[in-house]
Amino acid sequence: MTTAPVPVKRRRLTPRWRDYGRPRELVVRYVLLVFVLFITVGPLIWQVLSSLKGAGEDVFGSGASLIPHHPTLRAYEQVFDQVPVWTYIRNSLFVAVISIASQLAFSTMAGYMLSKPGWKGRGLVWVLLMASMMFPFESIMVSLFLSVRDLGLVDNLVGVWLPGFVAAINVLIMRAAFLAVPREIEDAAMLDGAGEWKRFRHLYLPSAYGAILVVTINTFISAWDDFLWPLIVLRSEEQFTLTLGLARLQTSSFGYDQRLVMAGSVISVIPVLVLFVITQRWFYRGVSSGAVKL
Amino acid sequence: MTQRSALDKAPVPAPPGAGAPRPGASPAPPPPGPLRRALRSVTPGPAADAGGAALYRRWWLPWLWMLPAIIGTTVFGVFPFLNTILVSFTDAKPLGGAYDLVGLDNYRRMLSDADFWLATRNSLLYALIVVPLMVLLPLLLAILVEKNLPGIGFFRSAFYTPVLASSVVVGLSWQWLLSDQGLVNTWLQKAHIIRDAIPFLSDSWLILLSAMGLTLWKGLGWYMIFYLAALGNVPKELHEAAAVDGAGAVRRFWHVTVPGVRTSMMLVGTLTGIGSLRVFTEIYMLGGSTGGPGGADRTLPFYIRDVGLDPLTGNAGYGAAVSVALFALTLGLTLLAQRLTKEDEA
Repeated sequence: MTTAPVPVKRRRLTPRWRDYGRPRELVVRYVLLVFVLFITVGPLIWQVLSSLKGAGEDVFGSGASLIPHHPTLRAYEQVFDQVPVWTYIRNSLFVAVISIASQLAFSTMAGYMLSKPGWKGRGLVWVLLMASMMFPFESIMVSLFLSVRDLGLVDNLVGVWLPGFVAAINVLIMRAAFLAVPREIEDAAMLDGAGEWKRFRHLYLPSAYGAILVVTINTFISAWDDFLWPLIVLRSEEQFTLTLGLARLQTSSFGYDQRLVMAGSVISVIPVLVLFVITQRWFYRGVSSGAVKL
Repeated sequence: MTQRSALDKAPVPAPPGAGAPRPGASPAPPPPGPLRRALRSVTPGPAADAGGAALYRRWWLPWLWMLPAIIGTTVFGVFPFLNTILVSFTDAKPLGGAYDLVGLDNYRRMLSDADFWLATRNSLLYALIVVPLMVLLPLLLAILVEKNLPGIGFFRSAFYTPVLASSVVVGLSWQWLLSDQGLVNTWLQKAHIIRDAIPFLSDSWLILLSAMGLTLWKGLGWYMIFYLAALGNVPKELHEAAAVDGAGAVRRFWHVTVPGVRTSMMLVGTLTGIGSLRVFTEIYMLGGSTGGPGGADRTLPFYIRDVGLDPLTGNAGYGAAVSVALFALTLGLTLLAQRLTKEDEA
C-alpha cells in the first residue's frame, strides 16, 4: 500500500517532491489529509490519551488538557482489578474462535462443491444461499431468539455463536476463490489418483489462502464487534462479551471512572488493530472483492 | 501495491443476478420449463448438467459436503423469516409458554401505534440523510487518497481505523466528545462560539443527528476503499483530455469521475440505504438504553427489541409483525434501488 510510484523513464530512481505535482496542489492535498486524519482518528487518539491520565487529572471540562501531564498505566491496572475484563475477553474470544472454526470448515467445503459442475441440485442450493442473504438480521432476530430459546441456549455463549455458524457470503467468497484454480492442475492430480478429499485438502485449500484469510478476518471482526445479538441472548454478567461489558460499564450506576472505561475500550480495539496491521494487504483485497460480489 | 492490482488478482466471480446463461456454454438445449428456466437464470456458470451428471457416481456425495451450509442457511436464514411471518399472527411471549392465534390483531395494533410510526420515521429519516452523504463523502475521500503521494498508505490505513473499532467503542468515544462537559462543547465554549453547552445527548433531534454523524464517520473508511477500487477503472486519458479542454477540478469531478463510478455509487447507495434501516447500536450508545428521551430516537430494530424481546413485557408476536414491516421496507428500498439502477443504465 505504501509504495510510492517509481517514475520509470526518469534518470533518478527516488522521486523528487516536484514529481508529484504543483507545490500549491500538494500543500492543499496534505492539509486536507491532515484535516481528515484529525476528524477520523482524533477521537480514538483522544481516548487513548485520556486513558493514560493520572487520577488527579481532569478528563472533561475546561480544566482538562489534551496531553496527560503524568502519563500512567494505572487505569489499565484498575480496570482489570475492578471489572471482570478477563472474563469478557475470554467470552469474546470463545465466540470468535468457534465462529472462525465453523465458518472456515463449512464455507470451504460448501464453496468447493459449489465450484464444481456436474451434480444435480446445484441451482437449488444456489437459490437457497441467495435467499438466506435477503433477510436483514434485524428482521429475523425475534424468530432467531425463539429458536435459541427452544434449544435452551439463552444466556449461553453457544447461543451467540449458533445462528451465524456458517454464512452464505463466505461460501460465495470461497467458491469464487476455488473457481480460480486451473482445471488442468486438478486433472493432473486426478490422474495421479488423488481422491476428492485429497484434492480439496492439498490442492484447493492451499490455493485459496487469500480468501481463507479474508473469511477469517471478517468473521473475527464481526464476532468481536457484535453487540445487538449478544445483548439479546446474554443475561448474566459472567457470560458477557467485551462489547456488552463495555456498554454496561458506561451505563452502570456504579459511576465508573471514565479513565477505566477508556482503558477498556482501548483494550478491546487492540486485537483487531493488530490483526489489521498484519493482514492489511489481504484485508483491502477482501473489501474490493466483496464489492464485486455484492 | 495499488488498489487496482489487488483487485485484478482477486478472483472475480460472476455477479449474482447477472446469471444469464453464458453464450456457448451448451449447444442449444431443449426449451426449458418455467422452473428450470427460473433456476438457470440465477445459476452461475454453465448449466448444471453441462459437465455431465456422471462426474459423481455417488449422487449424495456433493450433498454431504454441502450439508452444514444447507442446514445453516435454512435453519438460521430462511426458516426464521417464514417463522417470523407465522409468529406475527400469534401473541407468543419471548420466554415461551402458551400462545394463541390472534389473526391480524398485531398488524392492526401496529397501524395505530404512534411509537411504531415514530420508529419508522426515524429509520426513514436516517436513510434519507445518511445515504446521499455516504455516497458522496467517501468518494471525495477516495479521490483525496487516490494519488500515490509519500505517506499515502499511512493516511489510507488511518482513515480505515474507525471501521475496525466496534460500534460500542466508537459510541463511547463520541459519547464523551459530545457530552455537556465533552471536548466539543468545551472547545466551542473556549472559542466563545457558544455560551451554554449544546445538548447533543439530551435533545432527541440532536441525538438522532449525532447518531447519523457517528454512522457516517464509522462508514467513511469502508466506502473509501470501495471507491478506490472503482476509481482505478476510470480511464486516466479522460481526465487528461478534460484538463486540456480547460475543465477545472470541479467540472472534471462531475463530468468525468462521477459518470465513471456511477455503478459503484448506485451500489453504495443501496447498501447504505439498507444499512440505515438496521441502525441500532449508535442510538443505544448515544441515546441510552431507552433510545433517547422517552424512546423518541428509537429506530425500527430498536423498537423490535423493545416490544418483541423484553423478557417481562415483550410480545414476540407483535415484535414479529414489526419485523415484517422492517423487511417490507428493506425490500421496497432494494427494489427501488434496482429500478433506479436499471433506468440509469438505460
